[in-house]
Amino acid sequence: MSLVDVLEVALRIVLVLGAFLVLPLLVGQTEHKAMAHMQSRLGPMYAGGFHGWAQLVADGVKFAQKEDIVPAAADRTVFKLAPAVALIPYLVVLVAIPVGPGLVAQDLDAGLFFVLAVMGIGVLGALMAGWASANKFSLLGGLRTAAQLMAYELPFILAAASVAMAAGTLSLPGIVNAWEPWWLIWQLPGAVVFFVAGLAELQRPPFDMPVADSEIIFGAFTEYTGLRFALFLLAEYAGIVVLCALTTVLFLGGWHGPYDEALGWLWTLLKTMALAFVVIWLRVSYPRLREDQLQRLAWKGLVPLALAQLALTGVVAVVV
Amino acid sequence: MRIGPIKVPGAGLAKGLAVTMRTMTKRSVTDQYPDVKPELPPRSRGVIALVEENCTVCMLCARECPDWCIYIDSHKETIPAPEGGRERQRNVLDRFAIDFSLCMYCGICIEVCPFDALFWSPEFEYAEFDIRNMTHEKDRLQQWTATVPPPPPADPHAQRPKELEAAVKAAEKARVDRGSAAAQVTPPAAKDESA
Repeated sequence: MSLVDVLEVALRIVLVLGAFLVLPLLVGQTEHKAMAHMQSRLGPMYAGGFHGWAQLVADGVKFAQKEDIVPAAADRTVFKLAPAVALIPYLVVLVAIPVGPGLVAQDLDAGLFFVLAVMGIGVLGALMAGWASANKFSLLGGLRTAAQLMAYELPFILAAASVAMAAGTLSLPGIVNAWEPWWLIWQLPGAVVFFVAGLAELQRPPFDMPVADSEIIFGAFTEYTGLRFALFLLAEYAGIVVLCALTTVLFLGGWHGPYDEALGWLWTLLKTMALAFVVIWLRVSYPRLREDQLQRLAWKGLVPLALAQLALTGVVAVVV
Repeated sequence: MRIGPIKVPGAGLAKGLAVTMRTMTKRSVTDQYPDVKPELPPRSRGVIALVEENCTVCMLCARECPDWCIYIDSHKETIPAPEGGRERQRNVLDRFAIDFSLCMYCGICIEVCPFDALFWSPEFEYAEFDIRNMTHEKDRLQQWTATVPPPPPADPHAQRPKELEAAVKAAEKARVDRGSAAAQVTPPAAKDESA
């Protein structure tokens, strides 16, 4: 391995890390402002001087100053490890997501498989936090997280499998290469299932039963303070970025668009941010689903829909 | 949601999204208060201003106050007798204070003052860190008179002020008395000039 190779790897890692640190904050700030205006408010206006652009930086500083408390009865190791388990998988997933033609930190042959497997780990962080906190609200939240993960992982993977079947490859750049505009119609049910199931895995409203603050305080994160709590919040927004990027890559054609040889990365980013806006929009518009509604939507709605999409993909792929 | 007789699945979901999107494109209702002063309605009850010169220490305000939050001290002063007259006494105001930690902004003191010494001012930025500092003496109350707005114009078709009505009536009566037998009574010109 020559020095150039080492430098190249280092550069790729730095770029991914940069995107990992910047994009979630961008989504968070967008959420602050978009949600405020959707509710006829202004949102943060002071931090940083211009329309509160530095609000999340200020929040970060605040979290860093707070005391880091571990409950006496908590399982200390697991309790302290949980935020990292929640956050790091999303960083790892970003490595495999292609941004432009040939522009991917690490092209994996089984990229889709890798990405889905690693994303599943992220939810484990909440489960560990819920179990280790020695708090009944945390435990309830953790169990709800588990139930939600069980229900929504299946349609999530079925929908992704449909695209893999259509493209005939598990490689993410390969899927984007094979993508054609008419897939937007063909894979539409799959896209909806994938996006909705992904939202539920991220526990974003309206699927935020596991952290329902009016019932169980903040679910698995009830006992967390300071930086560890901030890491959980960051994980949520990193999860949004990853989910939106994945939906873009799998269903919206990734870098495809006008001048995609030069501007491919811009298209991917734009589509990702547009989807992130939809995530925020859904949060503002819909009330939280009850636990039974949540399960019914997964098992009676999304799973049959994903199976139908799979059948449709199979038939069309054979015919075409 | 139904469009005609057909129930469209998911129409309610779309409607919810439309509502939030529409709200986002409109201006938000937030007042940026410390940066932008609020536009207060006329007759805003911010604070009570005192015109010290008008006060005769009649004590009506202090006695009518439901909270007993007005404190008045005074002494009598003898005015020396003018040529061929006799000397008179008048009240001199020593202290006039309103405890705004007790005041409930009912405005009875202002209503009851016969000499127009008390007014509503829309000024409201007089918060204090200590409740004991909420008692404001007459010099502070006097400062607020500068912020008292002129009375807003009467609403269209509103009753005219009692004073004006009485004056018009008196003028009309005098005219009728002077015209005596004359059958026609011209309406007074003052009637058209509303206050």
